Amino acid sequence: MNSIANSKTSISTVSEHTVEIITDSGEGAQKCAHVFGQTCAKMGNGVWTVEIIPAEIEPPAHTTTSTSGNIVRFGTEKITNWGDQSKLAVAFNDQVCLSRHRLDSFDDNCIILHECSWETHEDENVREQYAKAMEEMSSKNYRLIKVPIEEETLKVVDNAQHGKNMFALGLLAEIYQRDLSIIEKQIAHIFRHKPAKITEINVELVKRGMAWARDNLKFQYIIESKPVVENRVVMTGNQAAALGAVAAGMELCAMYPITPATSVSHELAAIIENYGGIVHQAEDEIAAAGVALGASYGGKVALTVTSGPGMALKTEFLALAIMSEIPLVVLDVQRGGPSTGLPTKVEQSDLLSSLYGQPGDAPRIVIAPRSIEECFHSMITARRIAETFRCVVIVLTDANLASGVQQFTRPEFDSRWQQDPVDFSALPEGLRPYDWDPETGLSRRIVPGTPGGQHTVTGLAHDESSKVSYDPESNERGCRMRSRKLAVLQSTLLPPPIYGEEKGDLLVVGWGSTQGAIEEAVDRAHDAGLSVSSCQLTFLSPLEPGLKEIFSRYRKVMTVEINYSDTIGDPYITEETRRYGQLAWILRAQTLVDIDCWTSCPGQPLRPNDIYNSILEKIK
Amino acid sequence: MNSNVISLLNLENDNPQCLAAEDYQKDEGKWCAGCGDFGALNAVKRLLAKEQLKPEKMAFVSGIGCSSRFPHYVNAYGFHGIHGRALPIATGLKLARPELDVFVVMGDGDCTSIGAGHWIHATRYNANLTVLLLDNNIYGLTKNQTSPTSPQGTISNTSPSGSVLPPLDPLQATLGVSNASFVAQTADWVPAHLYATLQAAYEHRGFSFVRILQRCPKFTPDVFTEQVKNPDLTELLVHENGVNAPGLDKLFKASREHDPTDIDEARALAQRTDLLRLGMFFRDESFPVYDDIRTVSPVSAQEKIRKLEKEFDRYAV
Ligand SMILES: Cc1ncc(C[n+]2csc(CCOP(=O)(O)OP(=O)(O)O)c2C)c(N)n1
Ligand SMILES: [Mg+2]
Repeated sequence: MNSIANSKTSISTVSEHTVEIITDSGEGAQKCAHVFGQTCAKMGNGVWTVEIIPAEIEPPAHTTTSTSGNIVRFGTEKITNWGDQSKLAVAFNDQVCLSRHRLDSFDDNCIILHECSWETHEDENVREQYAKAMEEMSSKNYRLIKVPIEEETLKVVDNAQHGKNMFALGLLAEIYQRDLSIIEKQIAHIFRHKPAKITEINVELVKRGMAWARDNLKFQYIIESKPVVENRVVMTGNQAAALGAVAAGMELCAMYPITPATSVSHELAAIIENYGGIVHQAEDEIAAAGVALGASYGGKVALTVTSGPGMALKTEFLALAIMSEIPLVVLDVQRGGPSTGLPTKVEQSDLLSSLYGQPGDAPRIVIAPRSIEECFHSMITARRIAETFRCVVIVLTDANLASGVQQFTRPEFDSRWQQDPVDFSALPEGLRPYDWDPETGLSRRIVPGTPGGQHTVTGLAHDESSKVSYDPESNERGCRMRSRKLAVLQSTLLPPPIYGEEKGDLLVVGWGSTQGAIEEAVDRAHDAGLSVSSCQLTFLSPLEPGLKEIFSRYRKVMTVEINYSDTIGDPYITEETRRYGQLAWILRAQTLVDIDCWTSCPGQPLRPNDIYNSILEKIK
Repeated sequence: MNSNVISLLNLENDNPQCLAAEDYQKDEGKWCAGCGDFGALNAVKRLLAKEQLKPEKMAFVSGIGCSSRFPHYVNAYGFHGIHGRALPIATGLKLARPELDVFVVMGDGDCTSIGAGHWIHATRYNANLTVLLLDNNIYGLTKNQTSPTSPQGTISNTSPSGSVLPPLDPLQATLGVSNASFVAQTADWVPAHLYATLQAAYEHRGFSFVRILQRCPKFTPDVFTEQVKNPDLTELLVHENGVNAPGLDKLFKASREHDPTDIDEARALAQRTDLLRLGMFFRDESFPVYDDIRTVSPVSAQEKIRKLEKEFDRYAV
């Protein structure tokens, strides 16, 4: 690493940058990044923000496990994913910085604005630890700039812990020429419930950061922005899903806390009662599914929200919902698994269990939003499908979408989304609770309270009247009708759009949250003269139609997924023993096309560059 | 549950369209001859007729077990769910439709073993449900396995040399849960008491937990033989606010004035093993009822959209 000496200011125009703010947990990195990201968005930049969350609430400070922070990627164009390595970092201590270095999070030439006080700390051990960290990081060409963050902050406040983040924000504001008036408004908004003095102090700290940068840093970056033509909002995927649930008319969310799904219920708990709904915190995930199912049986629009381990517990209830044809929406914010796995980190490993995670044949619908915007809209879709098809709809988001922040077009609400879920009009004479249309398997739902509709719902095999019946014909008919609904739904879907050429050497198939990173990798491949396209699936059960035909137009097809697959050539791993990525399993089975996969489960979103490299590898 | 309005009208006598107990029977009960579940079903049908409940305005929710077949035999909406999980379904239904009368029927394995977690929490939520534990001290449907309530020494397919643990007492357990608002015990061989207990449970606003002692003719025909033969082994808990079945004082000589608002006395009585006690152990109507406290007023679609627009303003770029 080399420390740069002060010289005259150089100004470079770049199309985008990725910045990280890394601190001990509790030092306010989130607030700093939140204001910075919001300011970039308001100035018309595309933005994507990712949280760096330690596993513990208050891990010991100044260690490699205490790292808390944010990554903000922003640019002139729309930003769809967290990108590759960071170009600039503000680090409050050497250990959190080291932890990011070890994760290969910094670009080789990353500029690191580093708190300078540790180097000369009175405690010899601290100094030694600092020196060691610097030594380890010297393998890279980072540009280390020592900044008296703490010292400067103490000129304004007594406790630097509550202030360094705003000084850091000032540094960034100056380097990237951010609009101070927007920053001031953001800060005032955050502290709107506190005395005005608090806002003043925080703004003062930002100004100090700016002044320090002006006097001491001789570089700036300009990232141009485009005028904002449409109304946009910016939020996390979990906020979008929660608001989507409200916009979809959901009236009861039953849940049990589990990361990274919990914040959906926090958002809902804060507002849903204003919309005539409630959040019920159940005693466990099984009960949460049961309460949601009971409410839906009673004619409410109900939702249950969870993550992997909770999904495992809900399985028996989901089968009951499927068997009894009671609509139910389940939001699974995927995290790393199996078992407790990686609680705060992203993975796409719940696909097969979402499709097949029940004993017996239990067809259900599975959809995966591809962006934060789709987290909102998928809730409306999910409700609609669940009610039309009297079935379970599982919405698979993940930790990447859950806490990522992105702008999207402000939705226009449609009052039909709020439509009453059940038809209480008089029942036609003789209507049975499962009067399946023999073609489609669809039937009219009868809800308690409807005169003349009394029947007993059961998870046992039953006939059209919901009478328990074990005879071969009834059981086969029930299975057929429940399955048929998926085919009928598929007949209403369009083939997935192709990103890039309609035919070529390689088609990359992804699902859910990886869309942005995959398409960015495809762009790079295209720029490098390769014939690569991609297609991102939203419907996983049933699959979108036309896949086999689409696949036939490419020499090779591979999936890209954030889950585990074996690598041929590893000990014991051959064509015969190889276990594929989860979407690859499904597509191979469904299309009989020899689909390859490139998957990875690092507990992080995929990076466009890694996907690009896998493309280079596979296209050979 | 509050039946005052309907009871006052006394529809049974005045209304020509009045439903008889048999009108509440749907399919014929398919239990073994002599099963205690029939006794519970008969008492329930009598209660429904007495209250003149509209079949479409009530729901019976159950788990899995012989006893959980109950909803199939009642002319009402029914939900025959999964093993141990009737209470969450019933809680959800009640939250959705507080105006419906919701009854829950569970077996002893269903409630006190696989469903034990839900049982504790449902007691605590105190939703307005009438809850029947059909306790035959055995797993019936799966053919003779030891249940948590089986007396120590019970010979069953899973404890051929006699069960090793003393039984779990559902009354003590329920009375130990904060917020328990109604706990009573009755028995299939005392139909008048069974009926009167269900009546009291139905009238209680809140989670009314009734343990119905009964015999399984196949696997536990003799669990209560001594008590059935000798009424002196049973003590009735009586009180003007308790369970009052006319004429029982002649049959049972032992009776005790027990004020059902006295939780300490209720717990002490539940703990004693000297006599079998039937009656109301505890009732307190002052606890908040979950479906009351979670009721929010409905909001029109237009109003929701207006609010959503405001919500989105917070996120506007
Ligand atoms: C998850 C699950 N585990 C086990 C069973 C099998 N099973 C059905 S009923 C039952 C116990 C029935 O005993 P109880 O609840 O006392 O009801 P009873 O038949 O005696 O009325 C069991 C273990 C099941 N259906 N589901
Ligand atoms: Mg039993």
